[in-house]
Amino acid sequence: MTTPPVNASPTHAPPKILVVEDEKAIRRFVRMALELEGFEVFEADGVRRGLIEAGTRHPDMVVLDLGLPDGDGLEVIRDIRTWSPMPILVLSARTTEDDKIGALDAGADDYLVKPFGAGELLARVRAHLRRHTAQGRDGASTVVFADVRIDLARRTVERDGQPLHLTPHEYRLLTHLAAHPHCVLTHRQLLNAVWGPNHSEDTHYVRVYMGHLRRKIEVDPSQPRHLLTEIGIGYRFVP
Amino acid sequence: MPDSRPDPDQLLARLKQQEAKAQRGKLKIFIGACAGVGKTYAMLSAARGLQREGVDVVIGVIETHGRVETDALLGNLERVPLKEVRYRDRVLQEFDLDAALARAPQLILVDELAHSNVAGSRHSKRWQDVEELLDAGIDVWSAMNVQHLESLNDIVSGITGVRVWETVPDRVFDHADEVVIVDLPPDELLQRLKEGKIYLPQQAERAVRNFFRKGNLIALRELALRRTADRVDDEMLQYRRNESVTPVWQTRESLLLCVGPDPRSEKLVRSTARMAAQLDVPWHCVYVETPALQRLPDSVRQRVLGVLKIAQDMGAATATLAGSTAAAAIVRYAHEHNLPRVVLGRDVGRRSRPWQTPLSQQVGALGKDLDVIQIALPTDERIAPRLARGAAVRAASEPGADAARKAMPYAWSVAICGLVTLSAAPLHAVLDLANIVMVFLLAVVFVAVRYGRGPAVLAAFVSVASFDFFYVPPRFSLAVSDVQYLLTFAVMLVVALVIGQLTAGLKFQARVATQREERVGALYAMSRDLSAALMVEEIAEIAARFVLSEFDAPAALLVADSQDQLKRPVSLPVVPAGIDLGVAQWAFDHAEAAGHGTDTLAGSPVLYVPLKAAIRIRGVLAIEPRNPARLTSPEQRRLLQTCASLLAIALERIHYVDVAQASTVQMESERLRNSILAAISHDLRTPLAAVVGMADSLAMMPPALSGAQAETLTSLRLAVLRMNSQVNNLLDMARLQSGQVQLNLQWQPLEEVVGSALAALQGTLDSRRVRVSLPDDLPLLRFDAVLIERVLCNLLENAAKYTPPASPITLTAAADADRVRVSVDDEGPGLPPGREEAIFAMFERGRKEGATPGVGLGLAICRAIVQAHGGQIHAQTRPQGGASFSFELPRGTPPDLDGMQAQAPAPAAPQN
Repeated sequence: MTTPPVNASPTHAPPKILVVEDEKAIRRFVRMALELEGFEVFEADGVRRGLIEAGTRHPDMVVLDLGLPDGDGLEVIRDIRTWSPMPILVLSARTTEDDKIGALDAGADDYLVKPFGAGELLARVRAHLRRHTAQGRDGASTVVFADVRIDLARRTVERDGQPLHLTPHEYRLLTHLAAHPHCVLTHRQLLNAVWGPNHSEDTHYVRVYMGHLRRKIEVDPSQPRHLLTEIGIGYRFVP
Repeated sequence: MPDSRPDPDQLLARLKQQEAKAQRGKLKIFIGACAGVGKTYAMLSAARGLQREGVDVVIGVIETHGRVETDALLGNLERVPLKEVRYRDRVLQEFDLDAALARAPQLILVDELAHSNVAGSRHSKRWQDVEELLDAGIDVWSAMNVQHLESLNDIVSGITGVRVWETVPDRVFDHADEVVIVDLPPDELLQRLKEGKIYLPQQAERAVRNFFRKGNLIALRELALRRTADRVDDEMLQYRRNESVTPVWQTRESLLLCVGPDPRSEKLVRSTARMAAQLDVPWHCVYVETPALQRLPDSVRQRVLGVLKIAQDMGAATATLAGSTAAAAIVRYAHEHNLPRVVLGRDVGRRSRPWQTPLSQQVGALGKDLDVIQIALPTDERIAPRLARGAAVRAASEPGADAARKAMPYAWSVAICGLVTLSAAPLHAVLDLANIVMVFLLAVVFVAVRYGRGPAVLAAFVSVASFDFFYVPPRFSLAVSDVQYLLTFAVMLVVALVIGQLTAGLKFQARVATQREERVGALYAMSRDLSAALMVEEIAEIAARFVLSEFDAPAALLVADSQDQLKRPVSLPVVPAGIDLGVAQWAFDHAEAAGHGTDTLAGSPVLYVPLKAAIRIRGVLAIEPRNPARLTSPEQRRLLQTCASLLAIALERIHYVDVAQASTVQMESERLRNSILAAISHDLRTPLAAVVGMADSLAMMPPALSGAQAETLTSLRLAVLRMNSQVNNLLDMARLQSGQVQLNLQWQPLEEVVGSALAALQGTLDSRRVRVSLPDDLPLLRFDAVLIERVLCNLLENAAKYTPPASPITLTAAADADRVRVSVDDEGPGLPPGREEAIFAMFERGRKEGATPGVGLGLAICRAIVQAHGGQIHAQTRPQGGASFSFELPRGTPPDLDGMQAQAPAPAAPQN
């Protein structure tokens, strides 16, 4: 799958990124790292300010801290999702799986655990911006990664040119993940998409099927490359 | 009954009964028609048979009465030594209950079930000892004669003319698990008697010989056989009920017996007990205390209580009711307890007074839906003298001073009449004779009010006499000139008697009402005080004050601690001297009153009343009555019961206040700890995150850094990340230690968490090769993925830290029947010998020296997490070298996967 680099997007203006974070030190280094990469950065230090900036600047992406002094970061996510599909990257502390799941279910695309490196941050931001611009463009009917090729129109999957037999649920699981590259999908989101809303408590379904799928797709199923586990939260597909 | 299914309540009751029976020991009774039929012999032979089979049989007490053949059977059976009890000037040998309980054999033989223990023993009767043995789970074999059965007692005495005082309640016999009848035809028995094979106490030989007449023996044999047959019949019924052949449940048939102060009530109780047993229904026995009955002398009231006690022993639920009329109280009780049949005694000897409706008719009129059963009371009062004797003795023993005190009101009554006669003298000239009569009547009313019924009657007669003597012409003579004065006298006498009677009655009722009001007032005051009490000491003080004022007895409150052990009473100004903690504990454990005036240790000077609250027993109230009579009347007993329940409720309330306070404190401290942890974690991590990020941005910023600068920056970054992981460890340990980590348990494959642990450690384990070998058929396990990932990370990190670089690390898993074992093996130097367990302690490191970073929390966290999952973690040095860390998780029952596989069967797919 070939996608143009972010910086070479058709519009020549640099992508705009909004950073909502109350800690000045972190805000500063996030801004520094993003600006060095050539993004235009706006800052906000709370929920209220963040919503105003998001509404007026129309950024291409939001980097959002969940614990804000004047409210919950979830409010920002819910508000933005009412009018924009722009990528949202959440910054969170460790040991707060519930908060992360809440943010992802509310519509965030990805999260980073503090402390995180600048390289990690930039890689995520780039990947999401690329995905977002790619999604806007296309109606591509095939997804290709490593030696696997998914033909969405014919509903077939090939590996090394050989057809791969997937059960209907495995196929639906794979295509749903592939439709959201780099995004973290929670167990509940996957259950809803593949098995329907009646099974939202049976998270072991997803886990068992993911195991089956990995055995068919990954080179080393115990150390997967494409179908990654976000422990305690869900899965992420990386092409 | 139209429905053939067993009644669920009844089934439940039976299940409970069976459950209680399973824990209780089993009772087997050998019953015979009379002494000498060979019960002890039969019991011993059977016991020896069991002993040969290896059962732990012990003799508690056996009376062989020197019979050679029985003695020979004792053989080598172990005996619990008898206890020597000093009674008056003799030393008696008694069964040692405590020694038997301590010995705790499988089966114990206790002969003579009906035996009465020497005063001062724990229980007054041996069958009570047996009950306690059964409660302790010890099987008991015992023997008795049919005449010892409570309900047959009067029948047997009617047949033989010999009254037996040692009896066993029928319920003991009926609830026995097995009954064996030992039978011998009368002729053979008489033959044995002639041969001198039957032991007869010397002094009673004649009486006993009288007893051993053939007619008696046949009757007794019939009774024994019949009673045993009844029991077998019951067993058959029970069996039929178990098998649901025909459900027979006759709650609707229950009996209600009313007893009165009549000495023949005892017969009523026995008849009703037999009737209830024949019908197989529960029964109640009540005594209605009307104001009239409250006036009865104490001895009579004691007798009524004795009758109630007998009824209770025979299995009745007993109650003393208070009411203005007996009929109304009976009907109310019957309706409340759903008892459709009322049993009353019918006097066949005396004719009832014509103006009184018999009680049976009153009950019938009030309770139209009730069946009234009348039991004839015998005219001859053969048994009455025994009951009356006590009263007579008591009456005779009243001292002369008392008699003088009793005569005083009569003297006053005469004096007042004299005074009226004198004071009316001056009025004689002024007033009509009719008005002088009025003055006399006034005097009678005054005496009635002041001194009661008897003096009022005397005053009536004295007034009439003195009116006649002093005022009716001819004066100063009892002769009457005009015949019409005779009418005046008659009317005056009748009016005086009636007024006196009514006034005295009113006065008595007023006194009863006042007493009642006082009691209620005292209770009210106590409950008000109790509701304000906040500490056990306050309750103890209130209890002591109340008991002292109401019962004239010092009292102490013994409260149980959390181990159900009673503590010494709180110190109070007046404490009963003879408190025995052992007896109090007994009362507490058995939830029964003990000590003074009860069945258990009646000789003790102190009465122990358990304080039963809704949930459990809270303590014991110990009372040492100075005047025992004050504790025996029904009202006082009721008052004491009420007082005990109030105290129990108050203690329970305080207990729950304490519990609530403790949990509030705990909640507060948990909240505090949580917020501190959250604050620390935020305040420590934020600067760390900023340092890491800024180090990165510094590296990215132009111009590019020199080699040395870049290296410094990398070290800085690594140091901060290490610090971050230490902070994480400390915070995790703090959370795990406070025991409030909520596991997010999910069914999931182990494979996944292994994969993510390896991915998370990519930075640390880069140069390593971790060999993973997980069997394909590992079951789903239920665990918290985040925490188990942490365990795996810590173990792998640990292995990497303490082994030479490039030596391989192996991660394996294996499942057995109920656990899954995960091992991390390395090929390093292994563990220091003897410290395999110690390394899991906090701040403990495999090697003290060395530059390996870390404070030794990793393994402690692993252990805490694994233990929280109900698993175990171990470390060992492998025989082939290197350390092996392994933890086990329980398998449990994984959820069904059918639901999802039915829709989508997985076809065989090419792999790799």
